[in-house]
Amino acid sequence: MSEKLAQRNYYGKALAELAEENPDVVVLDADLAGSTKTSDFQKVCPERFVEVGIAEQNMIGIAAGLAASGKVAFASTFGVFATGRCWEQIRLAVAYPRLNVKIVATHCGISVGEDGASHQALEDMAVMRALPNMTVISPADAYEAYAATKAIAAYDGPVYMRMGRAEFPTTTEEGAPFTIGKATVMREGKDVTLVGCGQMVSFCLDAAEQLAAEGVEAEVINMSTIKPLDRETLVASVSKTGCCVTAEEHSIIGGLGSAVAEALCESVVAPLERVGTRDTFGESGKPAELMEKYGLTAADIAEAARKSISRRI
Amino acid sequence: MTMKDISVAELEEIANRLRIHVVEMTTAAGSGHPGGSLSSADLMAVLYFRNLNHDPSNPQWEDRDRFVLSKGHVAPVLYAALAESGYFPVEDLITLRKMGSKLQGHPVRGKVPGVEMSTGSLGQGLSMSCGIALAGRMDGKDYKTYCLLGDGELQSGQNWEAAMFASHNGLSNLIAIVDRNRLQITGNTEDAVSLEPLPEKWKAFGWNVLIVNGHSIRQICEALDKAAESKRRPTVIIMNTIKGKGVSFMENNAGFHGKACNQKEYEQAMSELKGVSE
Repeated sequence: MSEKLAQRNYYGKALAELAEENPDVVVLDADLAGSTKTSDFQKVCPERFVEVGIAEQNMIGIAAGLAASGKVAFASTFGVFATGRCWEQIRLAVAYPRLNVKIVATHCGISVGEDGASHQALEDMAVMRALPNMTVISPADAYEAYAATKAIAAYDGPVYMRMGRAEFPTTTEEGAPFTIGKATVMREGKDVTLVGCGQMVSFCLDAAEQLAAEGVEAEVINMSTIKPLDRETLVASVSKTGCCVTAEEHSIIGGLGSAVAEALCESVVAPLERVGTRDTFGESGKPAELMEKYGLTAADIAEAARKSISRRI
Repeated sequence: MTMKDISVAELEEIANRLRIHVVEMTTAAGSGHPGGSLSSADLMAVLYFRNLNHDPSNPQWEDRDRFVLSKGHVAPVLYAALAESGYFPVEDLITLRKMGSKLQGHPVRGKVPGVEMSTGSLGQGLSMSCGIALAGRMDGKDYKTYCLLGDGELQSGQNWEAAMFASHNGLSNLIAIVDRNRLQITGNTEDAVSLEPLPEKWKAFGWNVLIVNGHSIRQICEALDKAAESKRRPTVIIMNTIKGKGVSFMENNAGFHGKACNQKEYEQAMSELKGVSE
């Protein structure tokens, strides 16, 4: 575990590099460039930056038109607005014709903090995952956010990528390549599989440490692509451990927990415990306070692991 | 721009052929949207046979003018115009809305040569057109982007987001056309949620506004030519039309917004339309 970094800063850094690397890349934002860090692209490439104002539905339509004309269109705003305000626009204009639009959201999850429930995206992966042709990515840390930005720019098709607001610990190697749809085993173990995405990967690693002190060997998987899910890595691990826990800064309905449940019930019979928000909205507070209140800490994951192990047949 | 040399009489004849296709296709499908297709037929004839700079043998030609059908439910008249232009065989039109047909109930990008964007959910085409027009400007291309809007769909707020964006960015290469037939499913647009004063709304949003009789080929030609000359602003052509134009019992009849003819109605419609052709 190393330093704490904000994913959005690394998103901005990758975009600024893409400005030079790929002349087809265009970036759209809806009045939040300073927060999403698309401003880093705007600074170096104002001619390919599009400010749409506070009009997310229009942003998606414009992004689709740009993509239909050969551009690689990145459209960014906060997760709630990026997926909720314009879901049907994404469905018709982007997903259906499979256009090359990357919807990259920041401020996802409850760790948005003080802004409260209106700004805390906890359902975004659920609604994006339901769309045909859509790829859904939740990178584990800032380094992976950087690498994933480069990877999705090179991929031809619609992508939704979510990131947090706050700084959190890095868990991956800086400079490591990112492969869409490929999970990473972060720690090997034989007793329980912990599957995380986003900053919950770091909490899964913490939980594995706690469990190790009790003599439980947890395997930790970074499932940074939620769709398409890397079933091979998941099933191989759960076949070995016989029980599983998912951890996401998102509702347990429709996100990583649901995707893993769907995959497991079609392959290997094993108990599954899901750590995430439990069919509820968030509220204002400090990120750490909220993570604790809503059951999103390493201790919650460790407890879920004990429960999952106890249910093992 | 390469304007085709074609007479008003020839364009009128093409528009009538498009109307015949619309009635034949929707009757064969047993469903579809003939009313708004018929009100747009004259415009579609002028666009596809006179003003659009396009090459049906090369639908992906990068310098082509683009056409986006925001009111996607009038797919029948778009398909008829594409087929008559040579994008695909006219014989395919009869497959409209049938299993396995490329001619889906609403247009689908990638399925039909010449269809630029998937539409059908109202209120989105103008945003898409802004993106296409913006890409053209970024790439230094001369092409124009045309977007056909229904009047009822202007009740949807996204259009006005797009209208603001287009004028703010000076998208003079963007031309919107409003099929102002005054009828939506529930009846008169002014009874549902009124659109008037419509020209003033567009003017206030920073657009050039032209108003024409949408069944006068000559007026449509003049307006499109004028719109293409704009250097600073996007242009909207408000086209006053009659829903169901060309078939007496469909004219100004909201009941034919989304309903096909029965056999008896079909025969009467054909006799009226074919009477015009002879």
